[in-house]
Amino acid sequence: MNFILILFALTANFEVTDYPNDSGDKLNIKIFLSHPDSVISVKVFREEEKELRELEPIKIFPEQKEYLLTDKGIDRGRSYNYILEVETVDGKKIRKIISDVVPKAELFHKKRLNVLVFLIFYSFFLFFYLGKARKGEELFLRKIPGLDAIDEAVGRSTEMGRPVLYILGLGYISDIATLAGLSILGRVAKKVAQYESDIIVPCFDPIVMAAAQEITKQGYMEAGRPDLYKEKNIFFLTQDQFGYAAGVDGIMLREKPGAIFFQGYFYAESLILAETGYSIGAIQIAGTTATTQLPFFIAACDYTLIGEEMFAASAYLTRDPLMVSTIKGEDIAKMVFMGFIVLGTIFGSLPFASNLYNLIMNFLQTF
Amino acid sequence: MKREVPLIITFLSGIIIIIAFFIPLYPFGSYKNFPGLQDRFLQWYNILLGFTLILGIDTLIAYHWKKIKEGSKDAPYSIALIVSIFITLAVGIFSWVKYGDPFKAGSPFMFYYDYIFVPLQSTMFALLAFFIASAAYRAFRARNLEATLLLIAAAFVMIGRVPAGDNILNIYLFGYHITLPKIAAWILDTPNMAVQRGILIGVALGGIAMSLRIILGIEKTYLS
Repeated sequence: MNFILILFALTANFEVTDYPNDSGDKLNIKIFLSHPDSVISVKVFREEEKELRELEPIKIFPEQKEYLLTDKGIDRGRSYNYILEVETVDGKKIRKIISDVVPKAELFHKKRLNVLVFLIFYSFFLFFYLGKARKGEELFLRKIPGLDAIDEAVGRSTEMGRPVLYILGLGYISDIATLAGLSILGRVAKKVAQYESDIIVPCFDPIVMAAAQEITKQGYMEAGRPDLYKEKNIFFLTQDQFGYAAGVDGIMLREKPGAIFFQGYFYAESLILAETGYSIGAIQIAGTTATTQLPFFIAACDYTLIGEEMFAASAYLTRDPLMVSTIKGEDIAKMVFMGFIVLGTIFGSLPFASNLYNLIMNFLQTF
Repeated sequence: MKREVPLIITFLSGIIIIIAFFIPLYPFGSYKNFPGLQDRFLQWYNILLGFTLILGIDTLIAYHWKKIKEGSKDAPYSIALIVSIFITLAVGIFSWVKYGDPFKAGSPFMFYYDYIFVPLQSTMFALLAFFIASAAYRAFRARNLEATLLLIAAAFVMIGRVPAGDNILNIYLFGYHITLPKIAAWILDTPNMAVQRGILIGVALGGIAMSLRIILGIEKTYLS
């Protein structure tokens, strides 16, 4: 077997290149082996102040000719030498040296250029509509039944003499869906205060709880009823998913709320919560950006805010022209994306337009 | 000032994160063992979270303590919750002192976790199966055209994804081999995926709009 293998003239080569789009602390090392099945081991050393330091070991596979490794944690702007050492089955050692490789830092992440282009384009339309709003031009927003039903739900709950239950989901304060849920909470709390009813907000995250307490308090103050605000009704429950679901289900069955709001980010507990709410006869308004949970909410709730409708809630409810203008900017961006999808479909279907199709695909691809 | 300071902090944090997304150079990006600004902000957030957890437990105990004091009819549940919190804490501290790590296999805390906590979690999760059945029954009632289409699509997907589905339909039509699993896969991969992506694009754009509103201080409703 060995005899056959040494008949091959093994060529081993490597190249060291700068790691793209980093802060200059990495280098890429690419190794080529002409006959990997005749190789026992491959080692790469970095020469550092006349001392050789072996990089991470490379596992050789008989079929794989190319290997890539990244040398991390090196100094930007410093010159390094690299040595490749390949040991063959017949005991020979091949050594290759590459000298004076300098890792460089990039000022701009080139693969994110498309995101920057999109951000500039989006900001342009945002400021264009902001300018229009400042001039007093009225901008149209379509009806969102789920948001129109907030007053009805709170009113019905008050008439029944029951509290309102507001669930912010399992999201953290860093989640945009939770922030949108908090925005809607402000409006709901104000309405609850106007009707002199109660609101209960069990929270999954203590930071969200602190924010929910402040927002609810503000809602009661805006309604001119700070005396009715009960801080103890906005409390932390648990940070365990099903523990939270069990806790909220318990609150539903004991307190029998007349209206339940699910506004935030939800996971598998969504249907457990929504079905329990349905079983006690509460009017339920849900809103989430979790596409996997949307069907459950649609099946179990009276109204559901689908994805972006949640983000539009604060603009829709306040009718603040500046906020509405950002929704218009979003609509323009959506139209552009629809244009890309239509063009992509046409170019992707026509055999002679594959270059144009690839152009669109490359532009839209991020990382 | 109560509103202006948080707005300034939000604006600066948002702008720094956006810049850090495009500029890999330190201090925006990470360099060797030094984290970039985005990672550093996340570390600060985690430190803050640790402290707020104490605040959270405080409010939970206060809420239930009030119920016990008022002699509410639900007081036994509140007693059970407060006792459970302190038992868990005591078992955790005991395991930590005795074993050096409460999560060490065989420690009383892990026994408590494996044989009380995990079965309770599983019980809650198992309820989902029954809730799915009841929600599906309501959703699939053929009241109108949309609900009927939903019912038909659901029937194809459900039957197509069980082993028996392979044998129910197996025909050749216009040169195409048609089976129930293939129909189920097409429903999931084509119309279902198209709708999901449509929603996701909307969510992404809505998220960007909301983020810009927050960074620019147009959206203030999340502040008290």
